[in-house]
Amino acid sequence: MGTFAVKTHRYFLYAIIAVLGVVAYRSGLRTYLYDPFEREYLLELIVQHVYLVSASLFPATILGFATGVLASRKRFRRYAGMAMYLVGLGQTVPSLAVMALAMTFLGIGFPSAIFALMIYSALPVARNTLVGLLSIPREILDAGRGMGLTPMRMLWTIELPNAMSVILTGFRVALVINIGTAALGYLIGAGGLGDLIFTGISLMQPEKLLAGAIPIILMALFGDYLCGLLGLLLIPKGLRIMPTSDHGS
Amino acid sequence: MELLDFLQNNTLRTLLLALEHAWLVGVSVLIATMIGVPVGILITRNESVAKNVINAANVIMTLPSIALFGLMLPVLAEVGHGLGKVPAVIALVLYSQLPIIRNTHAAVKNVPSSLVEAGRGMGLSNWNLLREVQIPLAVPVILAGLRNATVMSIGIGAIAAYIGAGGLGVYIQQGIARSYTPMILAGALSVSLLAILADLGMSLVEHLITPKGMRLKEAH
Repeated sequence: MGTFAVKTHRYFLYAIIAVLGVVAYRSGLRTYLYDPFEREYLLELIVQHVYLVSASLFPATILGFATGVLASRKRFRRYAGMAMYLVGLGQTVPSLAVMALAMTFLGIGFPSAIFALMIYSALPVARNTLVGLLSIPREILDAGRGMGLTPMRMLWTIELPNAMSVILTGFRVALVINIGTAALGYLIGAGGLGDLIFTGISLMQPEKLLAGAIPIILMALFGDYLCGLLGLLLIPKGLRIMPTSDHGS
Repeated sequence: MELLDFLQNNTLRTLLLALEHAWLVGVSVLIATMIGVPVGILITRNESVAKNVINAANVIMTLPSIALFGLMLPVLAEVGHGLGKVPAVIALVLYSQLPIIRNTHAAVKNVPSSLVEAGRGMGLSNWNLLREVQIPLAVPVILAGLRNATVMSIGIGAIAAYIGAGGLGVYIQQGIARSYTPMILAGALSVSLLAILADLGMSLVEHLITPKGMRLKEAH
């Protein structure tokens, strides 16, 4: 039964790709991409999108990581529950609402989109960092303490490596959410590939729409894949199990 | 305080939009439950299938929502439903599969084997074992999955306003188009409130439905 399911699973994928190919062909995506002006514009938008994602994700990772680590320290442990609650509450707020709120307070343009993306993608990183650090088995911590490690050494040599797979899951979620939410950046004047999608919907031009949607999807899938590779790099060999965690885009 | 004025002048419309939003999400999560829970239970029989199904749901979750709408539009336009509620419901059902299937699978799988053995020892058939032992014990975790799916669907439902599915996202869409701040704020705050309320409401149900002896730390 297992192999049967795997096989049908694969045929299902082929079928979807075939349908998409036919649709892409019929919608004139090919002629669209042959237009030198449009191609230029598409490349520009892709660069803009990547810039939006990287400029927001980098500070978001640092912010989320720092928050998570701080909240798990002994001095702030009391507030860990509260921090978790606030992060959960923040994650409940829809992405479009975050974008819209950023726009009403910061105005139209690039900076408000980057700010919204940064705040929104810091949340999963913070949450997973905190969860990862708090769920390390006691014995491991006791062993470290017994060897006379200072709190700083404990953090670097014991706590972070043990929590790394959970933290990376948070980063992956943040990356995927970020790529999807950056598409909404167009609505508040930050450009990105959302431009083609929303314009395509308004004008009912499927080729335009697909030219925007397909690169975003590829980007998200590729980012997801890269995070898997990052796991091989950052997680010590003995600790490799891939947990799954919540995400939504 | 323009926001309050706006809400005062548009109370009925806001309520109707909220109702439309809740309806959209409710229908989608209901359909998603009817698909996801049986699938989640079925795949507990075979681990390799389970892994594949959950991976597939994971890939769907990776697709950005607005890109998925864009991808479905030309396909569904062939049958005359490119815009509107149909693509929105389909997308929400697809996105809800991951939390529902994953939680159902994990919940049924994690029923203590001693309890399953006890049931088997009492001569329960597979079906009865499922109905009388495994599912009742798994309900709280399945509900947690439904809660995740609902909160996420409310957020994606807001984006669906751009493909004409209605709901509170309409305020955000029209507010941005008209640069009318109170309208944007009304949309953003009401949709956030809806999500938070749904989250609170469902966690309350989850708490109430869990038998006292089983109340552990929240599991996701």
